[in-house]
Amino acid sequence: MIAFLVKRLFHALLVMFVISIIAFAIQDNLGDPIQQMVGQSVPESERAELREELGLNDPFLVQYARFAINAAQFDFGYSYVFNQPTTEVIARHLPATLELVAAATFLIITLSVPIGVYSAIKPRAWLSRFFMGISIVGISIPVFLTAIMLIQLFAIGVSWTPFPVDTAWGSWLNDLISTEGGMPAYGRGNPVPVFGTWETNFASLEGLTYLVLPAVSLASIMLPLFIRLIRAEMLEVMQSDYVKFARAKGISMRRIYFLHALKNTMLPVITVGGVQIGTLVAYTILTETVFQWPGMGLMFLDAIERSDIPLIVTYLMIVGLIFVITNTIVDLIYGLVNPTVKLTGKPA
Amino acid sequence: MALLEVNHLDVRFALRLGEVHALRDVNFTLERGERLGIVGESGAGKSVAAFSLLNLIAKPGFIAGGEVRFDGQQLNSMSERALRKVRGNRISMIFQDPMMTLNPVLSIGEQMLECLKAHRRISSKEARAIALDKLYQVQIPSPETRLDQYPHELSGGMRQRIIIAIALLLDPDIIIADEPTTALDVTIQAEIMALLLELCEKHNVGLILITHDLGVVSQVTQRMLVMYAGRVIEQGPTREIINDPQHPYTQGLINALPQMATPGEKLNQIRGSMPSLSNLPSGCAFHPRCDFINRADGQPRPACTQQVPGFVESGNCQVACHMVAELIDKEATDEARLKETNP
Ligand SMILES: Nc1ncnc2c1ncn2[C@@H]1O[C@H](COP(=O)(O)OP(=O)(O)OP(=O)(O)O)[C@@H](O)[C@H]1O
Ligand SMILES: [Mg+2]
Repeated sequence: MIAFLVKRLFHALLVMFVISIIAFAIQDNLGDPIQQMVGQSVPESERAELREELGLNDPFLVQYARFAINAAQFDFGYSYVFNQPTTEVIARHLPATLELVAAATFLIITLSVPIGVYSAIKPRAWLSRFFMGISIVGISIPVFLTAIMLIQLFAIGVSWTPFPVDTAWGSWLNDLISTEGGMPAYGRGNPVPVFGTWETNFASLEGLTYLVLPAVSLASIMLPLFIRLIRAEMLEVMQSDYVKFARAKGISMRRIYFLHALKNTMLPVITVGGVQIGTLVAYTILTETVFQWPGMGLMFLDAIERSDIPLIVTYLMIVGLIFVITNTIVDLIYGLVNPTVKLTGKPA
Repeated sequence: MALLEVNHLDVRFALRLGEVHALRDVNFTLERGERLGIVGESGAGKSVAAFSLLNLIAKPGFIAGGEVRFDGQQLNSMSERALRKVRGNRISMIFQDPMMTLNPVLSIGEQMLECLKAHRRISSKEARAIALDKLYQVQIPSPETRLDQYPHELSGGMRQRIIIAIALLLDPDIIIADEPTTALDVTIQAEIMALLLELCEKHNVGLILITHDLGVVSQVTQRMLVMYAGRVIEQGPTREIINDPQHPYTQGLINALPQMATPGEKLNQIRGSMPSLSNLPSGCAFHPRCDFINRADGQPRPACTQQVPGFVESGNCQVACHMVAELIDKEATDEARLKETNP
């Protein structure tokens, strides 16, 4: 276990090293920081002085070393726009994004497992075909379109009247296909403070309603993928000798499906899925923009628009870090489910 | 009445390109404690036969006709629920590849206890005791530690012993073993076979042994079936068939054994290969490969392209072959004529 963690830590450091080089290269090559800091009227001589003072004339490696040492202490400099340490800006936006990702992940897991398993157990049932059809459509619709459709349907509401309104059955059918709207689709509402910069949407019913539409649209990217992955794996596992043997032992189908088959199905799903959940953090940019969700994604777009380079770089580093952490957790879970993986680091 | 009785069993696979007739008119019986061998080359339908006994043929396969009677019950028309009480309890199975048969993510203990608990209302403690006893019987070193181990921690031979222990857990009446030693190291094959045989004998368990190894069949079984392209073409007491095979295919199989070859010469073989089940030759499915009839001019005998007349009795054996049928007919008429001329 310790060896496993040490090995993972080493991996993580390696990944962070690569990310930091990319981030630094961006910082080094994007625009002139002096330009951003001082006004038009400052004379060239003063600018040169400032450049020297900030170490911008040092060799690349020296500058990188300085950057890396600071980064290791979570010091990425000041945001030009907010005039605050970038880490403080990130800390203010991080909870919103993490909560959005957590809610989407929750939706993905609780929906994809039962749907995937069901459509593998009963591949010919009409409900399975329906889910498969929907998931194909889901994969091919871009997130922002899903988001806009959700807003139209559940935030604004639609009233369709293709059936005659003056009859009872007609208005009943009209009501059935129309939606009321009213779901919040802008911002976070009034999240409840927990500690520090952490405010949560999970603590109140109102907060949760604000989460629904953004989380659903974020989940809609991965959900079809997960359903199809679980279904495909499960179908394959059901063909295996050990499932046939379990049947020949007289074990009930319920136990075969949900213990023998599902546990084996989840192994590849955890591996692939873990990586996908990590990338959800990056996908939040689109969702947060459409719903004006005040998280890191929205902040990042803002930072790009205003060339707030330190903030961009910090965002990249933090997202990289989150990715590395989720992957490590996923590996740990995989090791717990799969007995052939010894958490000592070497395969048995 | 026999313990197990298979009558006119007919199994098909409904494939997109048409129906494949995997078993046709298979008939055999098994008495309590009897050992029956099933031989035939790859694709003959041996595994299909084994799985269909417990109605375990997976879609798109299905039992299209005939019946499997076990202890007075008709298995093929039973509900899943009732069948589950037979599977693993009164009839259990051993598969070919021990590396694939055990679930990789469940411990040996879990896989043994679940089987006991599926069939008996017993506590975990009692189940554990039974499992340990069976592991002891299959001569596994330190059985207690095995229960907590996972399949990947054990060798192939070890796993097959565990699978045999699982097959014996509920003291079944019959064990169906589908090539139980094929996937194992040659040095372990004999060991596992001997163990299986010893335990079946000791507990009076009937054995249906599917194998490619005629040597094993002749040593272990009392009766045998020879299958070809989904049909039984010869069946009877093992000793009679091995010593005096009637069907040209069986003769070919026995001739192909290494010990039948003349030293220094090539091994004998049956030329050609078994036809695909979806594209069978007319009449006797074996006629294009049959040495017996094609010797003269390479043309099949017209009679052999007609449907085989079913089994004829030859000694204690039953054979499905035109040639053998004609031969027996001729003998009978000769005998009759002899009687007429010499009253
Ligand atoms: N799932 C399936 N789908 C379609 N056809 C099948 C299926 N399983 C078996 N068959 C058909 O049944 C035939 C017999 O297969 P079976 O597995 O019983 O052969 P076998 O005698 O056990 O061969 P082997 O010695 O290689 O194990 C195959 O040739 C194939 O045509
Ligand atoms: Mg087989």
